[in-house]
Amino acid sequence: MHVPDGFIDVPVSAATGVVAAGAVAVSLRGARRELDERTAPLAGLVAAFIFAVQMLNFPVAAGTSGHLLGGALAAILVGPYTGVLCISVVLLMQGILFADGGLTALGVNITDMAVVTTVVAYALFRGLVKVLPRTRRSVTIASFAAALVSVPAAALAFTALYAVGGTTDVPLGKVLTAMVGVHVLIGIGEAAITALTVGAVIAVRPDLVYGARGLSAPLKLRVGGELVDAAPAAPAPVAARSGASPRTLWATGLVTALVLAGFVSFYASGSPDGLEKVAADHGIDKQTEEHATADSPLADYGVKDISDARISGGLAGVIGVGATVAVGSGIFWTVRRRRTAAGAGTGTVPAGNA
Amino acid sequence: MTVSSVSPAEPAPPPSLEVSGLAYAYPDGHQALFGVDLTVGRGERVALLGPNGAGKTTLVLHLNGILTAGAGTVAVAGLPVAKRNLGEIRRRVGIVFQDPDDQLFMPTVREDVAFGPAAAGLRGSELDARVVTALGQVGMSEYADRPPHHLSFGQRRRVAVATVLAMHPEILVLDEPSSNLDPASRRELADILRSLDITVLMVTHDLPYALELCSRAVILSQGVIAADGPTGSLLGDQELMAAHRLELPFGFDPRSVSPGHVAP
Amino acid sequence: MGAGHAHKLYRHGHSPVHELPPHCKLAAVFCFVIVVVSTPREAVWSFALYGVLLAAVAAVARIPVGFLLRRLLIEIPFVAFALLMPFVVPGHQVRYLGLSLSVPGLWGAWNVLAKGTLGVCASVILASTTELRSLLLGLQRLRLPSLLVQIASFMIRYGDVITDEMRRMSIARRSRGFEARGVRHWGVLAKSAGALFIRSYERGERVHLAMVSRGYAGTMPVIDEVTASRAQWTRAAALPLSALAVCLLGWTL
Repeated sequence: MHVPDGFIDVPVSAATGVVAAGAVAVSLRGARRELDERTAPLAGLVAAFIFAVQMLNFPVAAGTSGHLLGGALAAILVGPYTGVLCISVVLLMQGILFADGGLTALGVNITDMAVVTTVVAYALFRGLVKVLPRTRRSVTIASFAAALVSVPAAALAFTALYAVGGTTDVPLGKVLTAMVGVHVLIGIGEAAITALTVGAVIAVRPDLVYGARGLSAPLKLRVGGELVDAAPAAPAPVAARSGASPRTLWATGLVTALVLAGFVSFYASGSPDGLEKVAADHGIDKQTEEHATADSPLADYGVKDISDARISGGLAGVIGVGATVAVGSGIFWTVRRRRTAAGAGTGTVPAGNA
Repeated sequence: MTVSSVSPAEPAPPPSLEVSGLAYAYPDGHQALFGVDLTVGRGERVALLGPNGAGKTTLVLHLNGILTAGAGTVAVAGLPVAKRNLGEIRRRVGIVFQDPDDQLFMPTVREDVAFGPAAAGLRGSELDARVVTALGQVGMSEYADRPPHHLSFGQRRRVAVATVLAMHPEILVLDEPSSNLDPASRRELADILRSLDITVLMVTHDLPYALELCSRAVILSQGVIAADGPTGSLLGDQELMAAHRLELPFGFDPRSVSPGHVAP
Repeated sequence: MGAGHAHKLYRHGHSPVHELPPHCKLAAVFCFVIVVVSTPREAVWSFALYGVLLAAVAAVARIPVGFLLRRLLIEIPFVAFALLMPFVVPGHQVRYLGLSLSVPGLWGAWNVLAKGTLGVCASVILASTTELRSLLLGLQRLRLPSLLVQIASFMIRYGDVITDEMRRMSIARRSRGFEARGVRHWGVLAKSAGALFIRSYERGERVHLAMVSRGYAGTMPVIDEVTASRAQWTRAAALPLSALAVCLLGWTL
């Protein structure tokens, strides 16, 4: 998704440049506040990790493989500020060293891939972690959802930027369908890998997972009173109990919606129109080319784009459904939880430090 | 170089390192040091021996104020390790960490060696001279412009020593200097260390290496100095060695090494 | 990867282009790309002239054509996108070889391909004539926040170390008979990624310790200063200035 030069017009490129610079400046201050003088080595090493992990190939099926984009992973592991910094630095280096992403499009790329993915992923992650019971599994689930939504969110942001500053008037509906559809699929892979990776880190060094800070200490407290379900620690169980049945409902709903959308769109696009057919052809072309240059540094780039347009083109609805369900129920829960907490009169301060 | 371990209480120069009553507990409550007393005279080469978990690394991190003593004091050439002196202390104590990749964090060897002196305010030709000298001392002059990861492990370890030498430290602290080195690199490093006219504290498991380089050794065990004496006699004391989980390599006899080998 | 591939990206040499200070080159490339992007797409000939300009620079820098072309492959995903445009953009249609193509779509595709390719070429020339280290110094000189430059240089320094660790883990996996073949193996790979993160983070902490031990207090000491003479700036400005002339002609003609 690295946008080259000439794709977005000059005013919008400049505007996103300003946005990106602002976001990076804010992140620099934020990261400094958190990490102090450790910012440079730690963020640098995490950036190197993101760079490396983007090269780790995850085989999908015979011959094809994808890799991690890393925005959501970075946000969850090291927090949004450091996350934005790391991804921005990776993008900057990719632009300058590998010509991957145009120099004038750096603002677009940073806004889109560093800021939008990280912020969306982190906001959703924090929201879910608050709503879900305080267990490690919840962190994994929240990571999955955050990563799942973050990728199409970036595609959405890209489409919006293209709508404002695209150099050619492509029908927006089609751009949106293509972009979001393809990226939903990428998002599913991203989500699975992000969740598994976060899970692996949390199993060994839970203290290193920024997004799960404060999770381990209360967890221990509750282990003490595990036998009694109505523990004296009132707020958490209340939230958990009230969340139990809607949670299953939500999960079932989401899965059904995704499956339905997937099936319907798969068959709906059974006879591909011009766009999808060409996309398929070129997608496959691209793949073979990419294998031929497998040892070039950026051989993997673009493999992440899905080759089978029959699936990808049609799946646009999935994310719409998924995102709406996720965001909607997130809001519903937050509101409801606040209300229950207030009603119970426990005087819990709504933790607004996300 | 002369070895003057016999009379550590000489009045003229303050000892390079003076640790007294040092105790430390980690924030999680685990106590690692229980009152360490150690004096290293100027120009001495001392081996710090001890089993895993004896607190060796914890002690080392106190020497330049990365960890702050819970009780007791550390002084380097008479200057106490305290917050207000940290800059000077870190210049005086040169720690060579175990993994040279952690130590060599700059893009080129030259910049890495220059990092310490530059942080201390040196610039221009003075800085260059420091770098050239330090790299010369470890025989790595021709690698100045190479990125550290293009060097062999032994070369990286030598550059790591140079990064510290460039700061003109009072005392050189080496954490497991011989680990992961092949015999030739091991010998080269020993030659370099012997050629330096500087106080050395060497933390190691490598007992023959300690015997080869240091006339004096101390054993840190369970957070205190359990023994202090000439390296040869400590290594020869089988009971002492066994009590502190120290073992000589198979077939190695400390008496077979002539003391003359120690100070060329 | 970073530094690991640095030697593949960078082509050692002593051409006049190699010798220019990095910040001059960075500024020149950036200005050139801005000029290219601002050129109206209808001025087809001006893009040809830009191409000639870049070819001249590449010739002076002695960059082989094959090398340049291979590096252009990075563009392919967007080439695919550009090739779609004539089919999906509405507007006046022309028929060619039995295909119905839209004229605005063709212009759009041309616009993206021409400007994107020129941008990639310019960046490739920059990266292959400038050492990684100097690029960072150049960025610093161009007033990129120093913390950002530090992060970038740590990333480049340790990119190789971490990729190596990743490779060793992969060898260890394969030595025990594991071969990742499909989705059901993601768990194992993700565990490796998780372990890699932990190692990277812990290394970051150790590096910080080593830095502090040598007097680091939050700012990087200045070790190398890159400076540029007026003559060097003038030479570097030749590319964007001639491009600007072409661009102005493109707007007026």
